[in-house]
Amino acid sequence: MRDKADYARKGIARGRSCVALQYAGGILLVAPNPSSALHKISEIYDRIGFAAVGRYNEYENLRKAGVTYADITGYQFDRHDVTARGIANWYAQTLGTIFTESPKPFEVEIVVAEVGVSPSDDQIYRITFDGSVTDEPGFVAFGGQADQVSAALKERYSDDMSLSEAFAAALAALSAPGNGERPEFAAAQLEVAILDRARDHRTFRRIRAARLEELLAGARPAPAAEPAEDSSDAAPSGTSAPGSAPSGTGPSGTGPSGSAPGSSTPPSSGGPSSPSSPSDTEPPTGPAPGGSDRGTGLDGGSPL
Amino acid sequence: MGSYFDGSQPGPFGGDPRASGRGQGASGGTPSGFLGLQTSSFTDFLASHSPGLLPGRVVPAAPPIPGADPDPRAPGQAIRDLPHATTIVAAVCDGGVVLAGDRRATAGNMIAKRDVEKVFRSDEFSGMGYAGTGSVGIEFVRLFQVELEHYEKMEGRSLSLEGKANRLAFMVRGNLAAAMQGLVVVPLFVGYDEDSSQGRIFSYDVAGGPYEEQRFYSIGSGSLFARGALKKLYTDGMSAADAVLACVQALYDAADDDSATGGPDLPRRIFPVVATITADGFRKLPAAEAAQVAEQVIRERLANPDGPPAALRNG
Repeated sequence: MRDKADYARKGIARGRSCVALQYAGGILLVAPNPSSALHKISEIYDRIGFAAVGRYNEYENLRKAGVTYADITGYQFDRHDVTARGIANWYAQTLGTIFTESPKPFEVEIVVAEVGVSPSDDQIYRITFDGSVTDEPGFVAFGGQADQVSAALKERYSDDMSLSEAFAAALAALSAPGNGERPEFAAAQLEVAILDRARDHRTFRRIRAARLEELLAGARPAPAAEPAEDSSDAAPSGTSAPGSAPSGTGPSGTGPSGSAPGSSTPPSSGGPSSPSSPSDTEPPTGPAPGGSDRGTGLDGGSPL
Repeated sequence: MGSYFDGSQPGPFGGDPRASGRGQGASGGTPSGFLGLQTSSFTDFLASHSPGLLPGRVVPAAPPIPGADPDPRAPGQAIRDLPHATTIVAAVCDGGVVLAGDRRATAGNMIAKRDVEKVFRSDEFSGMGYAGTGSVGIEFVRLFQVELEHYEKMEGRSLSLEGKANRLAFMVRGNLAAAMQGLVVVPLFVGYDEDSSQGRIFSYDVAGGPYEEQRFYSIGSGSLFARGALKKLYTDGMSAADAVLACVQALYDAADDDSATGGPDLPRRIFPVVATITADGFRKLPAAEAAQVAEQVIRERLANPDGPPAALRNG
């Protein structure tokens, strides 16, 4: 049993960390991922997102099972009856069974996040390879060097951050020493998604291309342009390729193409003041907060 | 799938030893049941996992109660007395398509419900309405909505418009056995085709389809009158606003001549449900907007009860 645990732990630690954290308008999920087609972050249900690290084929299988579980629960009962807690429990059972009964444990770590009506209703659950579940209020870092990243995130995390502040905190945490060699992230190496509290029905939105560049520019120490807060893009557009799963540390099968259809939504509202850079100098240049994080347009993707 | 559609699979959750070992995560059993049991089609998944949840599954008729007066018409009468939804119209407009439905449900000669809604969003770029048995229709809509969303989440892309129309055809055919017993439901499916940037209409019969319709179409008890009206009102390339007006006019004409179709209900402020589907996605007209269109139609009809006359000669 110990061997199995060590095996799984080593497999997961080889990858890079991901983070999930609350912000005022919802929940932000950020993962370093050079592939734009093989996702680490995806949608499970209306208000529930999924993020995973580890072996792609294993967590992709779990993701699909989770979607199926959610869809049948919602169909049998009502859409409101699908909860992150239920899905996290189901994942815990499944992973626990696999860990004890199968000769090879899954080398995955999963986060299930649900955005509530108000920030106090938000839920973030972390499920490890052996089926343990932990409730992580506020933020969580998992996979890779999770401890260092988590410590770095804890320093920067506060309640009611704006999206750009939360993104800057996530980026700074992911760049913490020990989490990979490359401290500077480019848009093509990041997978970013939000669960947008202000949206009806399906709250999951990917942030890509121009919108992501904006956030990145805002997150760099220089007091650059103010990122506005609106979500971009919608449903995933890449097809998943479960068969061609690379081993080890997550998706790297396809090259970084980063050519997701960009949002045509112009910055519509002034974001709150510039995101805090790691050196807590606040350049308060932005207009007053007040713009909601509500996404406005729907671009060419296939959002629901 | 085949086993579902030919009706040979046993009923919900029980009896079949082959089914009992498979995934039952939602109802107990081994938690890992869903692993390896995933398909892109939610309907197929239901058919293998819990076929009892599929719409329109008919239990064999119960044996007659001994001593009771055998009345062969009784079951048919019972089904006729179920609430039935009536008229749906659709018209292609410039850059999209309009879908509208009246609000009446009838049970035999009674009005079962005045404010029923039978026009629904199925996903961002498509919508559907149905005519026929209300309860089965509601299940159809729910299943089809999940079907499209499930595919999108599983595959990371949405189905093509033809793909959606074909999926709906399978579901309609799955209901054939029930339809033969009287639980008839026929959908009308419309959507915005992102590839060709235009609206498209698909109709069905009880055995499936789809049949692609050009320009405009209608289904339900008042459909003949509505289609006749649309034939005179419709012009190619009309704007969305004009198409909305034409659809509401057509529904008015249907209600005028078909007792099962409800007209605009001014005292109760119940007006047709109208939706447009364009490049911006599915949009159901807010109640106020739908009321405005309906009131305009009523105002004009006060002067001209039969509606706008069509030109007798071209040019």
